[in-house]
Amino acid sequence: MKAAIIVFPGSNCDRDIKVALECSIGAKPEMVWHGDSGLPKCDLIVLPGGFSYGDYLRSGAMAANSPIMREVIEATRRGTRLLAICNGFQIATEAGLLPGILMPNASLKFICRNVLLKVESVKSDFTINYSKGDVITMPIAHRDGNYFAPPKELEYLEQNNLVAFRYCDSTGRPTTKANPNGSAGNIAGILNEEKNILGMMPHPERVVDSRLGGLDGKVMFECLLQQLS
Amino acid sequence: MQNFKTSNIRAEAEIIAAHGLSEQEYNLIVKRLGRNPNITELGIFSVMWSEHCSYKSSKIWLKTLPVDAPWVICGPGENAGVIDIGDEQAAVFKMESHNHPSFIEPYQGAATGVGGILRDIFTMGARPIANMNSLRFGDITHHKTRHLVSGVVSGIGGYGNCIGIPTIGGECNFHQAYDGNILVNAMTVGIADKQKIFYSAAAAVGFPVVYVGSKTGRDGIHGATMASSEFGHDSEEKRPTVQVGDPFTEKLVLEACLELMETDAILAIQDMGAAGLTCSSVEMASKGNTGIELHLDCIPTREPGMTPYEIMLSESQERMLMVLKPGSETNARKIFNKWQVDFEIVGKITNTKRMVLKQNDSIIGDIPISPLVDDAPILERPYQLQEIPKPILKLEFDKDNESLFGTLTKLISSPNLCSKRWIWEQYDHMVMADTIAQPGEDASIVRIHGTNKALAIATDCTPRYCASHPETGGAQAVAETWRNLTAVGATPLAITDCLNFGNPERPDIMGQFVGCIKGMSQACQSLNYPVVSGNVSFYNETNGESIMPTPTIGGVGLISDIDNIAKTSFAKTDEQIILIGETRGHLHTSMYANEILGREDGPPPPINLDQERKNGNFVRSLIQNGNIKTCHDISDGGLLVAIAEMSLAALKEGRQIGATIYMPTDNIPPVNWFFGEDQSRYIVCANTDKTDNLIEEAEKQSVSTRVIGFTDSSTLTLRNSDAISIDEIMQAYESWFPAFMKD
Repeated sequence: MKAAIIVFPGSNCDRDIKVALECSIGAKPEMVWHGDSGLPKCDLIVLPGGFSYGDYLRSGAMAANSPIMREVIEATRRGTRLLAICNGFQIATEAGLLPGILMPNASLKFICRNVLLKVESVKSDFTINYSKGDVITMPIAHRDGNYFAPPKELEYLEQNNLVAFRYCDSTGRPTTKANPNGSAGNIAGILNEEKNILGMMPHPERVVDSRLGGLDGKVMFECLLQQLS
Repeated sequence: MQNFKTSNIRAEAEIIAAHGLSEQEYNLIVKRLGRNPNITELGIFSVMWSEHCSYKSSKIWLKTLPVDAPWVICGPGENAGVIDIGDEQAAVFKMESHNHPSFIEPYQGAATGVGGILRDIFTMGARPIANMNSLRFGDITHHKTRHLVSGVVSGIGGYGNCIGIPTIGGECNFHQAYDGNILVNAMTVGIADKQKIFYSAAAAVGFPVVYVGSKTGRDGIHGATMASSEFGHDSEEKRPTVQVGDPFTEKLVLEACLELMETDAILAIQDMGAAGLTCSSVEMASKGNTGIELHLDCIPTREPGMTPYEIMLSESQERMLMVLKPGSETNARKIFNKWQVDFEIVGKITNTKRMVLKQNDSIIGDIPISPLVDDAPILERPYQLQEIPKPILKLEFDKDNESLFGTLTKLISSPNLCSKRWIWEQYDHMVMADTIAQPGEDASIVRIHGTNKALAIATDCTPRYCASHPETGGAQAVAETWRNLTAVGATPLAITDCLNFGNPERPDIMGQFVGCIKGMSQACQSLNYPVVSGNVSFYNETNGESIMPTPTIGGVGLISDIDNIAKTSFAKTDEQIILIGETRGHLHTSMYANEILGREDGPPPPINLDQERKNGNFVRSLIQNGNIKTCHDISDGGLLVAIAEMSLAALKEGRQIGATIYMPTDNIPPVNWFFGEDQSRYIVCANTDKTDNLIEEAEKQSVSTRVIGFTDSSTLTLRNSDAISIDEIMQAYESWFPAFMKD
């Protein structure tokens, strides 16, 4: 599996996802500087977390207009898998790759903590190795993770099984208390219609080593390796 | 000789005073220049001779601190301290205060504090890997406290989160002594290649001086002078002297500098911190024993029409000054262009030993370097040392009618002992994916990327001990960080200090400073734990009310194998709980005396540094040999609080483990036994079959031990049949902070 990680000015989880892919599945991802022309041929593109362009405008809005994004959009149309984590998710929604938008957290504060996620859709290359209904642990670290979309789009996501992960309590219930940022429908991650794009606020790359807090993210990278090799 | 317009008129007394200079100091400037300074030159002397830049009150005392050990690569004097951590790597670290700006504008003050200390670290060639902070706020009932907590915490988070360096721990306390002067002390630790440390001495004549980073604006002019005087009623009006941070630009400057450092282009580098362009250029020339010529037309500015005075004294953030090797400019410019960071050649190193400022081809300032640095007045301020207060014989500590667990609940839900989750959840403490121990452990642990080694980092100070007896308090602060590092299994290597005090012109305050330094020296000496960097912040005083003496210590230790560390949390049931170190039941100046009895008088707990070392070395060897996995040092709140914290830590990791605890058998009253704050103590857990061996080994090393209970199911139980559930303690522990902040 060939992976390319797009690095924007202000990306700061680019090294983390690189190391996670190397350690968990032995991939050798290529780091692609946003200003370099030409996306290399690859099976997986990653938009990493961070604060692209400082996120002084709406989070992700500047990066979404970076020239490399045109090529990313093209590649996803051809079916290349795209994993958009945290700031990457914000960029993907701003670029129109995924529906909805990520507003400031309901608390208006940055939140970094482990959260519980219910796996809702296993019908994608990212999630096929999880079981539907699994409750997994991943950290979040964001200020703007409050997922919002108009009711019709939310309904569409739900009916087409495009919600990948939902914030939940230990029994898997998507309660208000378990929702860290006010996201509509406790949504933590979504797929596009073709299911080749996953956008999520939690950080799977931070849970690939039991000494650092768990292995629940490793499962995702293992799926991708199996599906894309 | 002078070809620039100097009216050679003596500055008016008000202008001299407004620059924080005395008449004598002004006369000395005139003598050194051979004429009256112009306004730009006056400004330059003023910041260079300010307390903040010159350390005029503290210098003679700082020189008495131990700074040497075989592993010290660079001690105090550079941007940060550097120690050898093996495998050709070095740890680079420093702590710095940003107290005055944070009080005036909490978000930007705290944010730029983080930005400044980060630059100090990467200036030396190190990639920052962890941030820590130590915060002191006023009384919880003071009308500004919540606003300041909220602003400072989001400022620290806003900067560290954006730049992508994890903030992995720290401390936060409240006391009325900080009502008018909060403390924001930020520490950064970085890792560098031992052979590629960058210094500030610019010793090569003719080499180009390069400015990189943000443009220079009108913000922060005279920040250093502000930090060198006390606050009055007008402190709010000083808001324009606070700088504004831009973490995104800092991230770009960081990456660009580290990329350039991989080439052989840089001869010297210095960040522009306090006193901006002035201090950085003077320091480079002074350390290189050379001169410097700057063309102010070339300095990137934010707006046209800035005067030389403003350009030289601006404290705009995210700026660096470098001296490059000739021929490397093109390649260097290319790297900075890639990162879209300003890069300008603004002058050159000369052999004149003078700082010459040019604008439009004419000289507009010309000052010999030496008086700026060497003639900064060194003061031997009068000081008055404090005696150890006598114990208060009539203090009736045993009058408390509540149950011990009632007292425990009160303590653990008090502002100073409760969970600080509300704070650290606003910090990204996991980015860079090497954080081994999250905030809440005795010391924070960050793995050295790509290895099985780690650094342990702890910040600490107990101001109420320092206020009671500065010498004991100073020693205790150093020893406590040493103990924190030991408790996770690290070998303590060195410290950085951030010395926060009131007005040094008062002999009692100067006495607190001298006392703390003496205590710190003794502890550093005895524990072989030198000072490698630091910062002094005086004038933390408002309308004559001083803060408590607060010498914050940041300790760094090495873990050679991350599989052999200890955690605070109870690991399993039916383990023996063993107390290491001697308990006498010292309650004066304890959290118990403070919170339960509302008293702060009496002596601090004495500290025997020889015993400290023995106890610590014993505990560390147990952890490093893999014999124990659970360890916690006993500090604020005493023994019962420490045990409760071990249960809470287990619960956070999903294990319900309590303990059955024996009542004291000797003459010590239960309150003193459970809440006394005797020093040099740890709690460890061991399997029953290993306990005898452990105790025997301790005896051989003159370390006192005592089995005080065993781990048990989900309650804490005293052998006098009192009991409390862990959930109830957790509720008490977690609820105060969010309720206070109204979340």
